[in-house]
Amino acid sequence: MNDRPAVAISGLTKQFKAGVTALSGIDLEVQPREFISLIGPSGCGKSTLLRIIGDLIEPSAGTVEVNGKPAHRARLDHDYGIVFQEAVLYDWRTVSKNIALPLELLRWSREKRSARVKELLDLVELEGFEDHHPWQLSGGMQQRVAIARALSFDPALLLMDEPFGALDEMTRERLNLELLRIWDASGSTIVFVTHSIPEAVFLSTRVVVMSARPGRVAGLVEVDLPQPRTARTREEPRFFELVTEVRERLAAGGAELEVTA
Amino acid sequence: MSWAVVQRRVVDWAPAVAVFVLGIAAWQGLVAAFNVQEFLLPKPTVIAQTFWDERSSLWHAGIYTFKEALGGFALGSSLGIAVALVFAAFRPLGTAFIPFAVAASAIPIIAFAPIFNNWFGLLNPFSKMAIAAVLCFFPVLVNTLRGLTSVDPRAIELMRSYAAGRVSIFRRVRIPASLPHMFAGLKIASVLSMIGAIVGEYFGGPITALGVLILNASAYTNFPVAWAGIVVASAFGILFYGAVALAERLTTSWDPSRRDFHTE
Amino acid sequence: MASIAIEQPGRARVGEATHAAKRAGLVVVGVAVFWGLWEAYRWIGETLGITWPFRVDATNMPHIHDMLAAFNKPLQPGGPTLLHYEWHWALFTAKEALLGFVLGALIGFGLAVLLAHSRILRRGLLPYIVISQTVPILAVAPMVVVGLGTKGVTPWISVAVIATFLTFFPVAMNTLRGLLSPDPRSLELMRSYAADRRSVLWKLRVPASLPFVFSALKLSATACVIGAIIGETPASIQDGLGGAIVNFNQYYSTGPERLWATNIVCAVLGLVFFTAIVVAERLVLHRAPEHVA
Repeated sequence: MNDRPAVAISGLTKQFKAGVTALSGIDLEVQPREFISLIGPSGCGKSTLLRIIGDLIEPSAGTVEVNGKPAHRARLDHDYGIVFQEAVLYDWRTVSKNIALPLELLRWSREKRSARVKELLDLVELEGFEDHHPWQLSGGMQQRVAIARALSFDPALLLMDEPFGALDEMTRERLNLELLRIWDASGSTIVFVTHSIPEAVFLSTRVVVMSARPGRVAGLVEVDLPQPRTARTREEPRFFELVTEVRERLAAGGAELEVTA
Repeated sequence: MSWAVVQRRVVDWAPAVAVFVLGIAAWQGLVAAFNVQEFLLPKPTVIAQTFWDERSSLWHAGIYTFKEALGGFALGSSLGIAVALVFAAFRPLGTAFIPFAVAASAIPIIAFAPIFNNWFGLLNPFSKMAIAAVLCFFPVLVNTLRGLTSVDPRAIELMRSYAAGRVSIFRRVRIPASLPHMFAGLKIASVLSMIGAIVGEYFGGPITALGVLILNASAYTNFPVAWAGIVVASAFGILFYGAVALAERLTTSWDPSRRDFHTE
Repeated sequence: MASIAIEQPGRARVGEATHAAKRAGLVVVGVAVFWGLWEAYRWIGETLGITWPFRVDATNMPHIHDMLAAFNKPLQPGGPTLLHYEWHWALFTAKEALLGFVLGALIGFGLAVLLAHSRILRRGLLPYIVISQTVPILAVAPMVVVGLGTKGVTPWISVAVIATFLTFFPVAMNTLRGLLSPDPRSLELMRSYAADRRSVLWKLRVPASLPFVFSALKLSATACVIGAIIGETPASIQDGLGGAIVNFNQYYSTGPERLWATNIVCAVLGLVFFTAIVVAERLVLHRAPEHVA
């Protein structure tokens, strides 16, 4: 792994037509293997920022580099995988075929695909569900399939847009642990958008706090909790201190946040 | 209407207008260039001329047939809606009968045109109305029923939490939710009703009817008149469809599933 | 979207067999009910002398058993039975309908793919595609058959062309709707894979459109048979069901059961085509059960 940043954002601004400024002057660097959370009030542009990193939306001004290349190039080179809040699985494909979708697009051979799908099913602990259809799975399981799919071609960067937002608290906490395990095993960099302060603190190495619209970086909070994190981590005093710190930064960034802790 | 809206409307319709102009021009040109027999396809200019010359008889024939279509549409659609309401209210009845309704719709209704003419009389407009009605009944039934029975379960649960009775749920939730589907069926029916009336007339009818006019014109090799009649039939069908589509727009402007094209 | 817990796929298969048996039973019951109603109405109508909406007598409402018996009677004295003729007419019409179905489905599908990728083409062509269906194809049929005939096309193929005209429309419209049905998220996902248009078409749009396509094919199955019969009628083609209808209609009073018998054959033909599509749909589609009330 080289030492250039995984993601380098400079002077990023995004204005939508009708004069809405979603993001204003964002500067941010993400180092390889970091786990970054983006947190902020509704409308602060965190999802927009994520999409700009993924070259799914174009910035109005500023530069975005992923793996040292322009974001556009990175997308064409398949340098990242993305997970949305809805699993976006295809009804007409089995779990295995859903996971294999990007590999088909990348023209992997059938043998390579099967082998990789099997690895991934092990990774997300869904062995035995190869031939199930999405509607036969619970929400949490569907998201695990989506994560497996995003990791299928082993990208260096994983972009996640509130992936656990539609799930209940207990499933969420369990999937948080699983995600950390997967992060450790795959060695990827993760940029994670969330509404939940505890989730952001629990998962990340660093929390990026964003201000209300127009979105700016209101603060950066280093999360120095020890790795690997466990269910116990949530009960440590340091955890509560960090959650409070993030909350205060959010309030200072000037907005009512729908607090979930 | 603001200038921006007018501009948008113009831009929206420009491609269709362009295709129309190009189409007519191509028609005129190709018929001349390939020396197509007048029998097959007269030039648009010839048809237009005939249109003007015969406008009185064409108009009256068109209105006559349109009345049959309208009657059939009213009859068939109201029956379709009524039966759909019954099937939606008494589900077991619906589940038992819908396969038969579907099978019946698979029967080529054209086979029944001569029978209806025999039953109700060749010259009686009701025989053609009956054909149109049968053609309208099925699409309206199927679509309306689908609309009445594909409501989000949570909307029903909400009503139950208010201790709303079945009738109330029907009135306040199912029927409004079914309107877009119902209109989809009505649009199909509007076009089919006109066609049904003409098909019926082809098997026999008074000379005041459009179908008979077209048939006779063809028989006497007066093809420009036949084609002019076909254009009139089509025009009535389009206008009828447009009227139903307008009614749809006025009553269901809230529907978020309306996209930039009209399908169904 | 969070959904129900894991289903047991195995259990469904046992239920399916009894389900099919129930269905078959229901069909028998339905036919019996219809038969009963018909004969009852006829009996009541004749006894009471009902004349509205139509006169109830032997000519207007032949007994159903007479209609069925007509199949066994010879058409010409000493000649083959009606059934023999109906069978050949049905095959002839079926041939036209099948060709029309295939052509109509291909054209409809191709048109839908074209329109799905271009908003301008949609705006330009859709109105005319819809308008095309307002033309009474019955009136245009003779021109088509004779016109194509001068170019050396055999009549039954011309009739197939007419069947195509009625078939392509539901396929085009429903397929278009299906191709445009994937939500923005799915499209974003494809973008994130840098998938080209062809991949998006074949891996996302087409599979997503299949339920719509099948519902259109069910409509088309009946439309192609109707189109074939309509095509034969004014062009005076004698070898199919359309010609039979015209003839038996002319001589209705001398043998009303024959027209009815032919209608039964038309109904059966339509149902056969329809059922074929239903079976195909069962085999091809595995989709989430609809979660509606």
